[in-house]
Amino acid sequence: MGIPAALAGKRFFVTGGTGFLGTALVERILRTVPDADVVVLVRPGRRATASERAAREILRNDCFDRLREELGDRFGGAAARLVAVAGDVSRDGLGLDAEGRRLLASCDVVVHAAATVSFDAPLDQAVEINLLGPSRVAAALSAARAARAAEECPERAHLIAVSTAYVAGTHQGEAREELLSESRFSLEVDWRAEVDHARGLRRDFETESRSATTLASLAKKSRAELGAAGEHLLAARAERLRDEWIEDRLVDAGTARAQSLGWPDAYPFTKALGERALVETADVPLSIVRPSIIESALAEPVPGWIRGFRMAEPIIISFARGLLREFPGVPEGVTDVIPVDMVVAAIMAIAAAPPPERPAVYHVASGVANPLRYGRLVELIQEWFGRHPIYDDRGQPISLPEWSFPGRGRVQRQLLRATKAMDAAERMLTALPLRGRQAAFSATVEERNTLAKRALGYVQLYGAYTETEARYRVDRLLDLWRTLDGSDRSAFCFDPSVIDWGHYVHDIHLPSIVAHARVRTTPGRPTLDSRPERARRSILSPDRHLAAFDLEHTLIAANVVDSYAWLASRHLSAARRPKLVAELLAEGPSLLALDRRDRGDFLRLFYRRYDGAPVAQLEEDAWELFHRQLLPRTFPAGLSRVREHRRLGHRTLLITGALDFVIAPMRPLFDDIVCARMAQSGGRFTGRLDELPPIGEARAQLLADYAAAHGLDLAESVAYADSASDLAMLEAVGFPVAVNPETRLAAIARRRGWHVEHWGRAAGGASRPLPIGPLDVRPLSKVRGRP
Amino acid sequence: MTPRPGLVLEVDGSTPPTLFWHGERFVLEKLPEGSRVIYAPEPLVPLEDPVGAIRHALLHPLGDRDPLPALLWPGMRLTVCFDDVSLPLPPMQAPDVRQLVMEQVLDMAAEAGVDDVVLVAALALHRRMTEAELRHALGDRIYEAFAPSGLLTQHDAEDPDNLVHLGTTGKGEDVEINKRAATSDLLVYVNINLVAMDGGHKSVATGLASYRSLRHHHNPKTMVHSRSFMDAPSSELHSSNWRMGRLIADSGVKVFQIETTLNTDTFPRQFGFLQRREWEWSVRDRAMYAAAAAALDRTPPRVARQVFHSIRAPHALVSVQAGEVEAVHAVTTANIWKQQGVEVDGQTDILTMGLPYISPYNVNSIMNPILVACLGLGYFFNLYRGQPLVRRGGVVILHHPTPWEFHPGHHPSYIDFFEEVLSDTTDPVEISKTYEESFATDPWYVHLYRTGHAYHGVHPFYMWYWCAHALDHLGRVIVVGGDPAAVRRMGFSPATRLADALEMASDVVGRSPTLTHLHTPPLLLADVR
Repeated sequence: MGIPAALAGKRFFVTGGTGFLGTALVERILRTVPDADVVVLVRPGRRATASERAAREILRNDCFDRLREELGDRFGGAAARLVAVAGDVSRDGLGLDAEGRRLLASCDVVVHAAATVSFDAPLDQAVEINLLGPSRVAAALSAARAARAAEECPERAHLIAVSTAYVAGTHQGEAREELLSESRFSLEVDWRAEVDHARGLRRDFETESRSATTLASLAKKSRAELGAAGEHLLAARAERLRDEWIEDRLVDAGTARAQSLGWPDAYPFTKALGERALVETADVPLSIVRPSIIESALAEPVPGWIRGFRMAEPIIISFARGLLREFPGVPEGVTDVIPVDMVVAAIMAIAAAPPPERPAVYHVASGVANPLRYGRLVELIQEWFGRHPIYDDRGQPISLPEWSFPGRGRVQRQLLRATKAMDAAERMLTALPLRGRQAAFSATVEERNTLAKRALGYVQLYGAYTETEARYRVDRLLDLWRTLDGSDRSAFCFDPSVIDWGHYVHDIHLPSIVAHARVRTTPGRPTLDSRPERARRSILSPDRHLAAFDLEHTLIAANVVDSYAWLASRHLSAARRPKLVAELLAEGPSLLALDRRDRGDFLRLFYRRYDGAPVAQLEEDAWELFHRQLLPRTFPAGLSRVREHRRLGHRTLLITGALDFVIAPMRPLFDDIVCARMAQSGGRFTGRLDELPPIGEARAQLLADYAAAHGLDLAESVAYADSASDLAMLEAVGFPVAVNPETRLAAIARRRGWHVEHWGRAAGGASRPLPIGPLDVRPLSKVRGRP
Repeated sequence: MTPRPGLVLEVDGSTPPTLFWHGERFVLEKLPEGSRVIYAPEPLVPLEDPVGAIRHALLHPLGDRDPLPALLWPGMRLTVCFDDVSLPLPPMQAPDVRQLVMEQVLDMAAEAGVDDVVLVAALALHRRMTEAELRHALGDRIYEAFAPSGLLTQHDAEDPDNLVHLGTTGKGEDVEINKRAATSDLLVYVNINLVAMDGGHKSVATGLASYRSLRHHHNPKTMVHSRSFMDAPSSELHSSNWRMGRLIADSGVKVFQIETTLNTDTFPRQFGFLQRREWEWSVRDRAMYAAAAAALDRTPPRVARQVFHSIRAPHALVSVQAGEVEAVHAVTTANIWKQQGVEVDGQTDILTMGLPYISPYNVNSIMNPILVACLGLGYFFNLYRGQPLVRRGGVVILHHPTPWEFHPGHHPSYIDFFEEVLSDTTDPVEISKTYEESFATDPWYVHLYRTGHAYHGVHPFYMWYWCAHALDHLGRVIVVGGDPAAVRRMGFSPATRLADALEMASDVVGRSPTLTHLHTPPLLLADVR
């Protein structure tokens, strides 16, 4: 009886269905097994239910394109055979509700494919998912079956747990398809003690992270990143940094513990203990499938199908982009890669066979039957990228580095030195008051640094796997293979010896991952449809509602100090001017420091200077200030953008801490203006603001109120600002734009993929270096009345 | 000694290199043998008693007009309009001719007991003048007497309350002008007629008009049919203005036109070599040239610009006539030809010109690329009567640095025009169809024009239309020494040196073309036979 016939009408329960292997498995069952249905365990997302996630992340994946095409209108029928139940393998009982338990009990085959595959997961997370997950599935299955009447359940349910070949470690020599408890190499480890320890570590780090010194250093780091973004955002960032701080420590702790026991990192370590726990506790028929490194599909559903960026891809792409100058590895070592469809086929063959009496272990690996040497793999990759180079931003092909297969230690030391140097450069650049393209340069340094750190991470994480000298035997797998008939062999191939590595690497794997990596593969200048162009188009779509603009350094290269200096000096005689200039220059550094610390305090303090100033005079002078001093410092592209938004029917709003009379001449540019207003008494300003100036975090609330009052949707709105102190305003809208960003905002914008505009003053628009009012003439208004 | 007339020099082996203006600099270029260089006539002898001449003109008007005093009476509304900062070029040394004329006009008005007098700067769509510029044009006495009480005004083509629609001409052209001027008992217009285009009916019909009115003649079609606009009888621009001017007269607006012409004494003594013929340069001229060239080489462009814009021309008054518009203008035009006319025999394949730092629209400002094009292809190309200096399909080579720079206060709409319009098309007809309306009515430009010192939103379009005749006529335009990006944006070809430009031109006009260099400023008018 062939595999499809054996499995026909059966019910599968699959964990990890949204993952790489899980998706391929679900697809293959639905496509090849008549009337089988699949229950997938899916963790509900923050915004999506389990069913929504299953529909979006499984059915809509391009894995199903083939089935969709084959079935046409009948695809809905096949899709209906997939049922999602909400649950989570990191919770006891899998967090299933009654219906979920009923469905689990009714299943013939349970495939546990959920895992945290990242090699640098925090230890406690890896423990909850990888170590405890498998035994939780087994326990939930037994409990569910026990709770139902016997006739509601199949006679026997077969649990197939997906593990990894690397549970055997990376020691030299052969690893057999045997339980770890039977292996000569495996240390006896008390998995329960490891669970307690990992959970305890989380508690310890949580405590430590709340110590005064740690909190202070995190607050400092947050301020260094965001500047005067406002207390709320700074606190939110510091709290996120605290989470990261704990995670980092848990990752390090995991690696340390794993290495102390002979595994390269926490992933195989927790998977190994997970196997032990499972075997120890499970009371259902059990098969353990240990694939090696799973890569893109050889043939099913289509050659090259891959999901997500996996272990080897980032390394290969980094190599092709010339970022990874060296990668350690032993050229003669075996890189054990297995296409995903072979793993799926093996699982289905195991499921179709009678459940084993005692736990059976299968390796799905290529290293023994059809070894791919690391040196050969690198050669193949080099050859291919030599013929199909990746292009840089300017359309020039990137030349490939020659790898010399150095030891891991040397590469690590090189990369460490590089990242340290760049850390220093980054700190220095962040401290400088840069903006616009200079700030973009510092963001480039940051990006390079991130890349170098990532490369270092790869080397540290994956280096062990390219130096692996273990060979994973596949005797049991091949025994199974030999039981298959001809049609199963062609439809469910998992014989690793059929892989032609040259063909697989050149014609299947690399084209597929290059297509996924969204790197440039064509020469020449970028087309018009570049990313910024697309971003600009969506910003200027008629669907937008509101465009909010910051003023200083977003639309104009000037600030409140300039305006004050100009107005204050406007009616000063030549003799008295130097004193004003000297005063302002002397106070410059402290003003700048205050501005950096808290813009609100700065404005309130600075505006005191207007105490006693005649209102009518300043209102009049402001027009001249605008036309003579400010207009030449505006960014024409910015002013043009405001009007473009208006032409498109968007509401335009200026939000600025500048004083109302100073920006009065700009009123016609915007639908509305929110600015600072100064109290007056007897025709003179008091130097005190009527209300809080619209700056920092106040802007988020202000935008929300404004949008509500005008029936606008902030998610459909655009905000333009230049500084991290405007972060609240930028975060409040769906389409934030960083204009000439200063260093911190440049870094944030780059990280978050925000659109960045570089708007400059009109060349020729420079005016006097000091913003001092002219001596030559009297105000214009006497020449012609103003409308 | 009588001033010598203009001259067409044929370059031979013994001709010294020719001076080319190059923005805020100048260079000497060796022209190929056989090239022609057109020199302006030498400055005419100034009037000995300018004030006397002015009074004489006011008291002995031309055409069907009474002497000015006879037109003035107590209780009347008198409006005195005057040309704005775009004239003359460079601005003249004080006292400005406008001041001299207006002092006489206002004295006569005072004597006649006229007390409702308003002064109007006839800006059309130009930027408003600054106080310093007004003081320079009118003198402190007039400024102090009128400005504080708000009686010194600048025409606002966007002020609906101070515009009046007088009707439409037989060709359907709207005539809408300054209301105060149109509803006065007498409109005195004080002109400085620097070039033959200025004055006549154009003074009131253009200088005091609104966009609604101007668009009828400031458009590509009119400009292509103005051959040239320096020669009124062949200029569609002037035909339209004349129709409007006659309608203005017919609707009862009484215009007393005063026109003045200046001699070509354009540069102060230290820059005398700029208006002398190179083979006649004295040792002092050569030293001055060498010193100036060396100094300018070491001067940042921004500073050089300030230096040049502070030049005040020693222009002197050579004629003044007053009275009825058309009668006055006929005499004025003859006087301009007397000063500027040069007879030139036949057209040329290549016309070269060195463009100076100033055009009518960047006084005290920046000569942006559009103004470079306008000065070369609008003004200098059109300095002809009969037929263009360069043949149809020929090449014009401009010598100018053409920096990608704009004055954001004066030329805000130019910046956007250059970025948004010229990047799309350089065809004047296409531009006027697709973009003119939105720029002309953009409320932000209107705001800047009315409250600041910005040219009207539509002004860069007019500058481009000014080039329409040349663009239609020429096979290629090459700019020597210009910013390549800015030059290309306008559809022209950049060249590093004149030799390269001539090489490039040979693609269009063949390997042995004729070449003529327009040696201006000082200004000249070519009578091309």
